[in-house]
Parts: sequence; C-alpha cells; structure tokens
Amino acid sequence: MNCDETRDLMHGYLDNEIDLVRAVEIEKHLEGCAECKALYSQGTAMQSAIRERASYYVAPKYLEARIRAALPKPGKKAIVFRQPNLNWLGFGASMAFAVVVTWSVALHFNATTEDQRLTDEIISGHVRSLMANHLADVASSDQHTVKPWFAGKLDFSPAVLDLTAQDYPLVGGRLDYLNNRPVAVLVYRHRKHFINLFIWPEEAREKSLIRTKTKQGYNLIHWKNSGMVFWAVSDLQENELMQFANLLQQPAAQQ
Amino acid sequence: MSDTNRRFEEIALPHLGAAYNLARWLTRNDHDAEDMVQEAYLRAFKFFDSFRGDDGRAWLLAIVRNTCYTWLKQNRIQELHDSFDEDMHSEADSSGDPQSLMLQNANKELLNRGIEALPLEFREILIMRELEDLSYKEIATVADIPLGTVMSRLARARKMLRGSLERIMQER
Repeated sequence: MNCDETRDLMHGYLDNEIDLVRAVEIEKHLEGCAECKALYSQGTAMQSAIRERASYYVAPKYLEARIRAALPKPGKKAIVFRQPNLNWLGFGASMAFAVVVTWSVALHFNATTEDQRLTDEIISGHVRSLMANHLADVASSDQHTVKPWFAGKLDFSPAVLDLTAQDYPLVGGRLDYLNNRPVAVLVYRHRKHFINLFIWPEEAREKSLIRTKTKQGYNLIHWKNSGMVFWAVSDLQENELMQFANLLQQPAAQQ
Repeated sequence: MSDTNRRFEEIALPHLGAAYNLARWLTRNDHDAEDMVQEAYLRAFKFFDSFRGDDGRAWLLAIVRNTCYTWLKQNRIQELHDSFDEDMHSEADSSGDPQSLMLQNANKELLNRGIEALPLEFREILIMRELEDLSYKEIATVADIPLGTVMSRLARARKMLRGSLERIMQER
C-alpha cells in the first residue's frame, strides 16, 4: 500500500472501520513511512483530545421524569386522542368564562337598573308632591309635631331635625310609597326651593357615603346611616343640597 | 403500565444521555436541548410502531437529530446555511509534530469552541463518532447519509477542526 492509498483510508483506520486485511497493510506502511506515521499521530491526538477534553453534556436529572410524565399514559393510546379532550377542556373553560362574564355583566346591569328605577321613583315622588300641591300630610315646622305624626303610620320612626337656624326650615311630613314599601318623607325648604327627604329602614346596617346624582334637572343625594336609607331630592344647587345633607349628618344636629 | 409503554421506556430511555448530548451540541443551549429531547421522545413514542428493533440508539438519535433540525429551520435558519469559511479553517499544511503539540495543549474551552464553530453537518458527525462512539453505519443511519460519505465527511470535519483550533490559538 502506498502513501496515497494509506491517506485515503487513514480515517477509516483511525476509527477501526476498515477490514482486517487492509488494516494490516496500512500498519506495515506506517512502520516504514515517517510522513504517514506523523499524520496518523495527528489523527490519534485529535481523537483523544476530543474524547478526553471536549464536553460531554450530561442530561439534567429531572429530564427523565419530565419525559416519563409527558408520555401518553396507557389507556389513552395516542397523543392524537388527547387533543379533543384538551379542546373540550378549553371549550368548557371558555364557556365557564362566558357564563361568569355574562353573569357579572347582568349583575352590574341589574344593579344599575335597580338604582335607576329608584332614582326615577324618587324624582316622580318629588315632582308629584309639587304639582299636586301635596307637599305635606302634616304641615308643620315643628319637629315635635311631625315626628309623632309618623307613629302608627309606619313601622319605623324617622329622626326629624329642625334646621331652621341653618336656613333649611321644616315644612312638614308625609307618607309616600317607594321601593315597594311605605316611606317617610320630610319636606324642607331653602329659600324658595323645596327638598324632599325620603327615609326608610334597611336590613343591612351598612354606612355609605354621600353619593350625588343629577337627573332631569334635579339633584339627588343619597346616603345610608344607622340602618336608614336617605334620599334627598331638590332643584337646589348640588352644593347647597350637599350642605343640607351634611347638616343632617352632623352629630350636633342629632336630637 | 401497558406493554407498549414499558417496551418503549426500556428501549428509548437508556439512550437519554446520548440524546441530550447530541441535542445540546446541535442547539448549543441547555434549555433548548431539554425541549428538543422531550419533543423527540414524544415523537419516538408516536412512531414506535415503525421501530424494527435492531438499533434503539441510532433510531432514537435520528429522531433527536430530525427534531433539532426542524427546530433550527424554524428558529435559527441562519445556522443551517452558514457556510464554512475554508480560508479561516483551512488545514495547516506543515509538519506533524507541532500540530500534535497544539492538540495536546488544547484545553476543554478551546476544543468546545472549535467544535461549536463547525457547520452542523460536520459538528454532528464528529460528536457522534468521538463522543458517542457510533460506528460509521450508525452515523449513516442517524445523519441519513450514505455509508461511504461518513468517512469523507469525518475526515473533512477533523481537518476543519484542526484549522479552527490553530486559528483560535493564534488569536491568543
């Protein structure tokens, strides 16, 4: 075997991939040829360098467990069958989501319409009282006349405050029907503007801050305190109505 | 556990180390290698029926390699087309002994860098041969090339690596 033939087969020889007959021939050639011998040495040096020093990347320990877990389980024959299941899950989840969204939108919508309906009723009550000139069933600026008048007509006793000194004189009181129940109405006056204050008790004894609304040119103020619901409505300016509400809530005004 | 699952795990899981090493050299990244290996095992399970039962390691590594190539095509198309700069990696023409010395002096980092710099088709064949100790026949199966091509490609890979190492060492 000559040098060319030897070099052609050199890598096969290095890798022990050539047949025994030719391997023996190459060995013989290398013994007598320094150049080919040097090439062979380079080859083995390269092999051992890679084998001994190049990185053999070791799989992380968790990988086997991860793969075992990812493999389709017996009974569920193939991955293909899992796809529809996943789709059903996804479908179910999106349906559930849709239901929740619809439900919360509906709740919100209901809350909104409930509030709206009440607001409409209160304004109607206020307007009716002015149109029919039926502001008060008991016309009196005296809180001690108005308060007893409610007794026996309602299942609750509203606090009646005298705010004459604050320029909100009491006009009187009357009964009205609101929110599917009889309610107390206290009528106050500020200059030439009348204020209807609707009061009724509520189960939940939560306290809520003053909220204001404007509708059809009327201002409304709403708050809850000590198990009572208060709605004040008037054509007064919002800030004056607010002042009125604040007066009613001041401890000094409580009697 | 079903017979199929047990048989698959017996045949495929012992080669997890080889699968990961190959995937890691092809992707050059731990995280991607893990994903590739897992994906390959799922594919292998799917096509387990087609396994004829002669060489589990070559069969599995072929799937790992295909999985990596598919992923590289989608994510790092550049690497598949990186042509090797022959001038930069040309075989040193000089005498043998300094080269042997050079190889003896090449440390781990240098060797890794040199191998990583090889184009995929040369890198993978060197890894399979030297680190996995696969036969030419197995390499032909995994890399899907004719048996006769294995030796010539391996010869070229070694030359390239030598040139690459020399260049890196000269830069220092």
